[in-house]
Amino acid sequence: MSARAAGGAAFAEALRDAGVAGLITLGLAAPMLGLVTVTKPEGLKLDPHWPRVAVAVAIVFVGRLILNLTIWKPGRPPKTLVKPKLEARLSKLAKLLAPAAILFAIALPFLPGVERYAVDLGILVLTYVMLGWGLNIVVGLAGLLDLGYVAFYAVGAYSYALLAQHFGLGFWACLPLAGILAAFWGVLLGFPVLRLRGDYLAIVTLAFGEIIRLVLLNWYWVTGGPNGITGIPRPSFFGLEFKAGPDGFAATFGLPFSGLHRIIFLYYLILALALITNYVVIRLRRLPIGRAWEALREDEIACRSLGINTVNTKLTAFALGAMFAGFAGSFFATRQGFISPESFVFMESALILAIVVLGGMGSQFGVAVAALVMIGGFELFREFKDYRLIVFGAVMVLIMVWRPRGLVSTRSPTVFLKEKKAISGSLVQEGQG
Amino acid sequence: MEYFAQQLINGVTLGSIYGLIAIGYTMVYGIVGMINFAHGDVFMVGGFLALIAWLALTAMGVTAVPVALALVLVLAMAFTALYGWTVERLAYRPLRGSFRLAPLISAIGMSILLQNAVQVAQGPRVKPLPPVVPGNFFQSEGAGGFVVAISNVQVIIVATTLVLMVAFSLLVAKTPLGRAQRACEQDRKMASLLGIDVDRTISLTFVMGAALASVAGLMYLLYYGVVDFYIGFVAGVKAFTAAVLGGIGSLPGAMIGGLLIGLIETFWSAYFSAEYKDVAAFSILIVVLIFMPSGLLGRPEVEKV
Repeated sequence: MSARAAGGAAFAEALRDAGVAGLITLGLAAPMLGLVTVTKPEGLKLDPHWPRVAVAVAIVFVGRLILNLTIWKPGRPPKTLVKPKLEARLSKLAKLLAPAAILFAIALPFLPGVERYAVDLGILVLTYVMLGWGLNIVVGLAGLLDLGYVAFYAVGAYSYALLAQHFGLGFWACLPLAGILAAFWGVLLGFPVLRLRGDYLAIVTLAFGEIIRLVLLNWYWVTGGPNGITGIPRPSFFGLEFKAGPDGFAATFGLPFSGLHRIIFLYYLILALALITNYVVIRLRRLPIGRAWEALREDEIACRSLGINTVNTKLTAFALGAMFAGFAGSFFATRQGFISPESFVFMESALILAIVVLGGMGSQFGVAVAALVMIGGFELFREFKDYRLIVFGAVMVLIMVWRPRGLVSTRSPTVFLKEKKAISGSLVQEGQG
Repeated sequence: MEYFAQQLINGVTLGSIYGLIAIGYTMVYGIVGMINFAHGDVFMVGGFLALIAWLALTAMGVTAVPVALALVLVLAMAFTALYGWTVERLAYRPLRGSFRLAPLISAIGMSILLQNAVQVAQGPRVKPLPPVVPGNFFQSEGAGGFVVAISNVQVIIVATTLVLMVAFSLLVAKTPLGRAQRACEQDRKMASLLGIDVDRTISLTFVMGAALASVAGLMYLLYYGVVDFYIGFVAGVKAFTAAVLGGIGSLPGAMIGGLLIGLIETFWSAYFSAEYKDVAAFSILIVVLIFMPSGLLGRPEVEKV
């Protein structure tokens, strides 16, 4: 009897809660969804769309009620901070899956049924994987929140485009130059913001990214302004161009000419660049500088008291992160053949940062998975255009609420005594770096 | 001289709008210690809600401009406040006490969500509104035939901003809610031990910030006569710059910072180049943070070990 009464009370409570949520949705949706502003000949007028409001309210009410009755039952155990089993399983899975994923990536263009579209998508995903790994140095390892990472991507792309246009340099000569220039800009940004921390650093890097974009947009005679730069030379295969003529790539190797060759070459190019990034980052983590980055992330004051040169540590993080963005940028320029400031908006920075944070800061595997899921998912739902961005924003919020530390959140130490133990990220107190 | 005076007037008007948005940033940063990245988009939502309220009232036959404007103000504030509350409840409250990047990421997600939801719901086109309050409050012709004018809209904007500023300063200084807010700002754990409902106080802070942002949205609509779904981002970054310039956590600081940013932007456009006005505003943010990280009226941050 009492159990039934308690069940009834719980149901009433769930119903009441769902009702409140429904009412709030009504308040949110009634003006925004229900009254649409339409431009008519006599001026702006409102068009009522009440069914949309009813649908929104119904979805929230029913959804909330179901959740209340199933997952959010009263008396459920409080959320534990550490889920050792899940954490351990995920990091073990990562170790097994990483080589398999690399093998798959290498084989992808030659798998049966793989078309040009899939290879193109692969190039896009790998570009973001590389950017994510590059930003991981700054955000994941050194703990410096960078919201203007796309600026260095832009520096790399424009360096290659301008050098190729004005000095006739090829892709292979420009690649290191673009990296060096981007790293130089990284240091340039790094110097003034050395003393800033946390959110302030984020907003200054955001401002820096916007400044670079605005300069690219308005400096017509150098950058072409909003029209961008066209006719950027395509990369060559060690001097062999991908063209139909007798001295082209296909003819030299006795293959029938196909436009796919260049795509596949670009795919392997970005795969190689991404794997180099990954390798360098993994090696750097074991060097004193990498350990200094991670120490800096955890506690800057302790770092300083132990004699770590925080200035050099931060600047190298910025410079190396920017360098990889510069490489990726010049790859982007050569792949597209056309660049304009449109490609380097804040949304890109947010996307790359989201990949790093959602994947689990500092985890190379997590970043790759997050890039695949986000960019792949983004491309799969191309028809839904604006809706996919709504879902994208909602997913960012949901993943943060569900796993604030990202998908793979274990911290594996680079130095250990006898046995290497992974630590759950939620046990680590983040410093103010 | 007349040109200078006119730019001064325009700059103060623009600065008032930035100041109103900046208050939302500064209050939230003061109490929760995070940049509410979605605040710029809440401002944009406020602008849209004001437009919708205005059109709905005209359709219902409320044509007396002062009455309609007052009603629009109240309606926009109420509905936008609901948005502010919901954003906090969904994206920030579950992450309280989590590590510091998490709320920032969910705020960026919320900003993307709001922007695109409004775009889908209301359409991507710019929404123009014919001038609601025409005419000039004051005008004088200078020697060179250049007319200096203060339009009625500008008077309304500056006056409303001043009234709201005073009202909110009093609210924070004198009422129990304001006291609770200041207590939470200093030490959240201690405040909750002393019986302050911290969650409720933080929610109300977001509600207040959103209400002020909606006023800024209405002012933007009156001043420029257009809204679109993308105005939130740039306005948000500039208002944050204003909050930092004035010293984050300080209400008068936000207002002064807003005015300074508005003036700098206007004078830069007037005397140098309109294309680079945003570059000027962002450069100031960087310069201020480097040389004066605690802003004009802010307290220096104490490093605790």
